[in-house]
Amino acid sequence: MYGFLNHGEVSQRLSCSRREFLRGATGAVLGSALTSASPFVHGQKAQQKRKIIVITFGGGARDQETFAPEGQENIPHLLNELAPQSSFFTRVTNNGILGHYVATASLATGVYETLNNFSAVPPDHPTVFEYFRKDLRRPLSDTWVVAPSNGFNRIGESGCRSYGSGATVILPKHLLQAATSGSRHNFDHLLRDNYEDPLYTPVLKGNDLELNQLDRILRLSVDDFMTHARTLSSPDELSVYIAKRLMRQESPSLLWITMHDMDIAHSGAYSLYIEGIRRTDRLCAEIWDAVQSEPEYKDNTTLFILPDFGRDADLDAGGNGFQHHRTGDAASRTTWMMALGKGVRERVIYDQPIQSIDLVPSLGAIMGFSPQLAQGKPIKEFL
Amino acid sequence: MKPINLKSADFAKYAPEARRLIIAHLEAIRQLPLSFLPNLLREAIDYDFKFPAERNEIEKELEAISALSSGEREDWFRAFAQIALTPDLEGADWVNQPARFAEQESSYLWTTHQQDAFREAATAYGARIRAASPPAEPPVKRLGIAIIGKGVNSYDAPLFRNLRAHGTYFGKVKSGGGLQLLISAVGERAKAHPVPYGHWYVDGGDAAEHNAQITCVSYKNLERARTALLKKMQGEIQRPGMGPEQLRTDLAAMNPSDLGMEKSGDPVLDRFQLKVLTEGSGTQIFSTTFAQWSTRDALRRAQPLTLLVRFAPRQRMRSMNELLSDSQAIPELDFTGSLIDADMGAYYHWINQQRLPGASQSVFIAWFEDHEQAVAVSPTLPRDVEWVSEISMKGLLELALN
Repeated sequence: MYGFLNHGEVSQRLSCSRREFLRGATGAVLGSALTSASPFVHGQKAQQKRKIIVITFGGGARDQETFAPEGQENIPHLLNELAPQSSFFTRVTNNGILGHYVATASLATGVYETLNNFSAVPPDHPTVFEYFRKDLRRPLSDTWVVAPSNGFNRIGESGCRSYGSGATVILPKHLLQAATSGSRHNFDHLLRDNYEDPLYTPVLKGNDLELNQLDRILRLSVDDFMTHARTLSSPDELSVYIAKRLMRQESPSLLWITMHDMDIAHSGAYSLYIEGIRRTDRLCAEIWDAVQSEPEYKDNTTLFILPDFGRDADLDAGGNGFQHHRTGDAASRTTWMMALGKGVRERVIYDQPIQSIDLVPSLGAIMGFSPQLAQGKPIKEFL
Repeated sequence: MKPINLKSADFAKYAPEARRLIIAHLEAIRQLPLSFLPNLLREAIDYDFKFPAERNEIEKELEAISALSSGEREDWFRAFAQIALTPDLEGADWVNQPARFAEQESSYLWTTHQQDAFREAATAYGARIRAASPPAEPPVKRLGIAIIGKGVNSYDAPLFRNLRAHGTYFGKVKSGGGLQLLISAVGERAKAHPVPYGHWYVDGGDAAEHNAQITCVSYKNLERARTALLKKMQGEIQRPGMGPEQLRTDLAAMNPSDLGMEKSGDPVLDRFQLKVLTEGSGTQIFSTTFAQWSTRDALRRAQPLTLLVRFAPRQRMRSMNELLSDSQAIPELDFTGSLIDADMGAYYHWINQQRLPGASQSVFIAWFEDHEQAVAVSPTLPRDVEWVSEISMKGLLELALN
């Protein structure tokens, strides 16, 4: 119940609730109590080996379905396996446009982008992938994006002239569409696109370029790919399968995965939204397990997990609760971030406010590139 | 056009009663900032097809605005006046297409980071309007009833978790004939308090027999309209250059006759049902969403004294394209998922009921159909406790209402 609290107070209360719950559940300590130097190693050699994986949820999840006591049953993996190894930021605010493509683009540029959420256009500002490649002189194969839907296929590089060499975006649904030669039989459950406006479902396209990715990069035959796809139940499972394949075959140093299943909430079916959260929870743990089992990544990887934003509060009269993220209320703007792995303090909770656009400058600080046009600030805990 | 330049003739395309209302307040309307005015017109333009409660609210709002002195008006609308708009928005036909303008304005406000300022201004304005013309208390305790879980044989996880904190949980309800009893109770209230659109029955499936004085909306009854709408949407999506914003604009411009809905003889209810199908996300494909959204909109718009909603099983999740193409003649149903959807829907029903006048005296009952579990929220019942004795549905209803 957040009646009579202003935006900042609600945001702070959400943050406190996450903090208290995690402290109880994981025995974590408050980051403000720690004064020692950064655990990150900044030597050049160390940075060359460093791997970063970012998982975003393109479809926010609210506290009552996740980190609040009544939501914990939906996130057993995040809570019991990943949180105890992580630094947890309880108060991440998104002050930009609350649409999934534009918000993910903002996460990737460190600037609140204002592009049309429903258009496949590149971000206006350089992406983290472009900074990474330009400053560190990394090849195209060293950074990849695995993205959920049509709208995200331009997120790999910006329209900014002085940059423009970014990540290859792999759209698993396009791969599948190409592999099935346009026949969608048996795969419709993996080809869902664009929950954000359920009234509108764009036509998916797959072509020879996608088949080439399958064969040349992922080293997968069409038959093997389709055989495996038949065992999967959702688009995010397909994305994680592709991401793990990329990790094995290409071992990119900067891998960005955007999940989307929980955004089925826009259809208004609460049970499907909860199923999406549970699946995402399991898939995050699967990625972390893959990190541990791949020699290129083990002991060398920092994983960041964060929703792009939240969803409307039940009690906001302007919305319809979990279904959308249209009100711009504190619940829809306030979310969290988990960081774990190489160089991250375990069982630490930070509840000072940060913004979602602070991610890119922080990645720059960790990996040694300079996101000059990003408007966020490096999170000081990573410096 | 700027609001100050408005003339009576500019409203020539409005339906007669809406035009009359607007012209009666034209002098005050001309003084309002453009960032605000089309949002008011968006409501007023449909005045002829509004429920009595909505008409009353629009009239009161316009009267309150007209009664302001120039200093008060400046004070009330200062925050709206500070919101910067583009020449494109100023040049739009916001008089005749206020909903379209509001959508474009919203998009612009998000883009320019003015959404929060607008939201704050709108919240403050809403509080002032409520203070200037406080809503009347209902003539009888408002009653909400949510019946969930149709067709579910057993369910072991706890139900009504959100509602229990606000009311009394019953685990031993003798439920035989419960559905008929509850629908009859709605009928009796409709007879005792014959208010137009004052007593509603929303069914996510096929409506059970009910008193003719009850306003009834059902998913099954709208099957033909839903099929026609899905077909139209499929056609639109295939059109080159079509995007979600254009699709929404096109749907908003539809009339009940476009979906063969004009034969009921009740144009107000036809419009209501059309809006549920064209403005609600998922109402076209999931019966649970249809029931929840219809309930929300009925409460928000008609402010009924009684609203009973019965959720029915929805079709199982398939790809959105498949759902929209409506390719399965007899869709497979998801009983358990529908129960979980409906449990949340019942909670939202209560929340929306509590937003209406008389909330402190309102009564709400949610019942797992044909099972023994129910919860009742009432000023006469304690919160967050369990009633451990057996009780009949009639007894539960009396206990909650008296």
